[in-house]
Amino acid sequence: MRTAAIPVAAVATLALLTACGGGGETPEATPTDTATEPAMTGSITVWVDENREPAVAAAAETFEQETGVTVELVQKNFEDIRADFLAQVPTGEGPDITIGAHDWLGSFIVNGVVNSVDLGAKADEFEDVAIEAFTYDGQLYGLPYALETVALIRNTELAPDPAPATFDEMIEVGREAGTKLPFVINTNGTTGDAYTYYPFQTSFGAPVFVQNEDGSYTNELGMGGDEGQAFAEWLSENGMDGEGLFSTDWTYDIANQEFADGNAPFTVAGPWAIETLTAGGVDVAVEPIPSAGGETAAPFVGVQGFYLSAQSENALVATDFLTNYVATPEAMRALHDADPRIPAMSSVAEDVSEDPVIAGFLAASQNGTPMPSIPEMGDVWQHWNSAESAIISGKGAPQRAWDKMLSDLEGAIGG
Amino acid sequence: MSTDKTVAVPLPTADGAPPDAGRPEPRTDSHARGWHGMGWGFVVKLVLMALINAVGIAVAWAAWDVGSWGVLIGIVLLTAVADWIYFSRRRLPGKYLYPGLAFLLVFQLFTMLYTVYVATTNYGTGHNSTQAQAVDGLLIQNERAVDDAPTYPLTIVERDGQLGFAVVDAAGQPLLGTAEEPLAPVPDATTDGERVTAVPGWEVVDRPRLLGDQSLQQEVLALRVPASDAADAGSIRTREGTRATVYRSTLEWDPEARTMTDTDSGVVYSPSDDGRFVSPDGAALPVGWRVGVGFENFVRAFTDSNYAAPFWRITAWTFGFAFLTVATSFLLGLAMALVFNDARVRGRSVLRTLFILPYAFPAFLSALLWRGMLNSNPDYGIINDLFFFGARIEWLTDPWLAKVAILGVNLWLSFPYWFLVCTGALQSLPEDLTEAARIDGAGRWRVFQSITLPLLLVATTPLLIASFAFNFNNFVIIYLLTEGGPRFRDTSATLGHTDILITMIYQISGVAGGRADYGLASALSIIVFLVVGAISAVAFRRTRKLEEIL
Repeated sequence: MRTAAIPVAAVATLALLTACGGGGETPEATPTDTATEPAMTGSITVWVDENREPAVAAAAETFEQETGVTVELVQKNFEDIRADFLAQVPTGEGPDITIGAHDWLGSFIVNGVVNSVDLGAKADEFEDVAIEAFTYDGQLYGLPYALETVALIRNTELAPDPAPATFDEMIEVGREAGTKLPFVINTNGTTGDAYTYYPFQTSFGAPVFVQNEDGSYTNELGMGGDEGQAFAEWLSENGMDGEGLFSTDWTYDIANQEFADGNAPFTVAGPWAIETLTAGGVDVAVEPIPSAGGETAAPFVGVQGFYLSAQSENALVATDFLTNYVATPEAMRALHDADPRIPAMSSVAEDVSEDPVIAGFLAASQNGTPMPSIPEMGDVWQHWNSAESAIISGKGAPQRAWDKMLSDLEGAIGG
Repeated sequence: MSTDKTVAVPLPTADGAPPDAGRPEPRTDSHARGWHGMGWGFVVKLVLMALINAVGIAVAWAAWDVGSWGVLIGIVLLTAVADWIYFSRRRLPGKYLYPGLAFLLVFQLFTMLYTVYVATTNYGTGHNSTQAQAVDGLLIQNERAVDDAPTYPLTIVERDGQLGFAVVDAAGQPLLGTAEEPLAPVPDATTDGERVTAVPGWEVVDRPRLLGDQSLQQEVLALRVPASDAADAGSIRTREGTRATVYRSTLEWDPEARTMTDTDSGVVYSPSDDGRFVSPDGAALPVGWRVGVGFENFVRAFTDSNYAAPFWRITAWTFGFAFLTVATSFLLGLAMALVFNDARVRGRSVLRTLFILPYAFPAFLSALLWRGMLNSNPDYGIINDLFFFGARIEWLTDPWLAKVAILGVNLWLSFPYWFLVCTGALQSLPEDLTEAARIDGAGRWRVFQSITLPLLLVATTPLLIASFAFNFNNFVIIYLLTEGGPRFRDTSATLGHTDILITMIYQISGVAGGRADYGLASALSIIVFLVVGAISAVAFRRTRKLEEIL
């Protein structure tokens, strides 16, 4: 046994030394992407979702060739990015740049995780609504690249003429078409979908939050007063206990299916649904949404773009990448080709609007207003959706349900 | 390198030190302890331990790099203890228990302690990180480009380690300035028409050098060159190294006094107890930081008018749901098992397979399908169409029917499990007991009641308790089927009649959007943990009694 101790010692030490050598490689890889040693070539980390990855990779390749900086793309689920960015930027584990939606901006601001972006004169090359969306309190916090909005989708066979300007006339056309339904719209089942119904609400002059002259939102609710009540009344009149034009039985899938099956000549939907809507061979036209309350029906415009982390140790390189390599017509075009949304850069938008569907959505977005990005917006959805659902299903009296929603919202936003 | 030697070297010495002192015969020594003949055990053990040490050292190294001292201490301790246990001659129980204990520490205890820590803070929207980061955020947000300020083509220059910005103004005149010296004309600078290419006495910092040097980048980003002698003229800064613009900052951070000062109005914002900068008249700056709040979150869970009333109703429904869903699925599963255990049923194996099918589908898929099938419009909802003569029944919007729907769907999802468990238990019951009872004249019901059921319960009670604990936190079924709805109409909280405690916590945590309150959500999850833990402990104690009786 005593003789065994020597080889044991030798083998164990040798094994552990090998282990140490093997283990050494892992930590050595870490310093290159943290701040510990001034690497000869820098590196930035970009969070990007599956669809956009190839396009960003193309822009990154040009950047890498010209600057020698490595761009590390981390693919993430789009839905996870908001919460992960909020949680990881403070720990230092966050990315330098992330892709994101503009309505996350409010929570990024109050949590102090986002840096401002200075596009300088380049800002004029983008659609106004896109720049407005990423602007908070007069300062730009992101590089927009795509817009999306809902529009009226018309089945050109059932309703060959361009859509009328008012909701009532549209319903009339829809009834004449003799289909099962004159009109169908996603209500997200019993949950309610204030987003899809929003253009009708704005046509009554009741925006979710009061807007300043420059289009930015205050945190004062705009849904109260006679205008809001008129919209609630209108929802109820056309709801399940009234005309039956709206129904909480319609989920996203059901509404799309009814339209795709030719059971309704009109629907309100976004570009993301076009593939489903036309899958059954239906030819569609995309038009601005008709007004129900007399004013312009302004849908929410969602803008997607790139955010810069407030805690980035490579802010200079990351900004260089964003403002000089991604904010170019070529890169924007590549992003559009990778994930066909409406480009936020005007020249690229013009290029791609030969496609009538994209042109239709672009026209609809020009009627629209950016979805509020103020932090209060996150608190609004659930109350708002469920009030609309209650009114449409006839479970809530329109006046009372709307007033309860307003007082709940005052409580939630004030508290 | 030295760390692993200190680990490795003493081990053989310790091994060889007491060679004869009360040690058993060498032959009884495990083959994992030394090289004896053909035993490969020792080699395998060395390789495994080397791997464990390698991983430990790698993690420790990485932790050292990023300065995570907690992780560093933890991993060093875990690795050292592993070496001690596996190279020591005693510690036989430790050898079996250590892996489990280590994973318990890392994955369970750490999470729980962290939850407890979060529950005592105000972590959530607006209180997301440290004061230093809140200061960063506020300074970023309050430094803005001056309206209509020109953008200058920029050249970064350096002299004796001091950085300067050289720009060309609209008139084509080269200007240079540093942090102390405002921008001033430098007539002897060379320009290429667009930007400055050389300044006598200064060295131009070229782009490759800038992009390759992270600390230089930080200095460039931090550099503010006053635009002129005037105090409120703002200063030149660059964001990406090739252009510069005039910015003005309206907030000033005083690291000594730890206060923020609005340079326009002169208002001083001082840190408050709840982690925000507050002015004397009560106005707060938007970005705050995380501070400890003690037990406030626990108090709020029970007293906040928004949560208190729904909290009790949701707690009651959580118990009701967990109890009823276990009871119904167990009873149905048991009944089916009894029926199919009877030799007279034909095609038993085929039928058994069919009945197990719902268990084989992923619950996510089933729940979403059921949600569609329960649509109240018979045109879309097949349940109303087929089973209720096309009547319009509001399965998901009526508070009571929604509860029935959840119990029903969960019954469909989970009875196959009990069917399987009970079938297995029934088949393992000794036949002679029931036979003896029959000979003694016991009827069918009597045999079931006095023999079969008690024996079955011995086997299934622990599973029943586990199932209760699982359903107490059955997030998936609630979230996918009703999302907690229909909503309570008498409270402002966004909670509903079918919410259980875990979905309520999810709602409050703000992960899905809206205002996040991780502190309150953590406090609530601790309460839920205590409840489930207490119930399970009591129930298991009772099970033991059950076994003793038999």
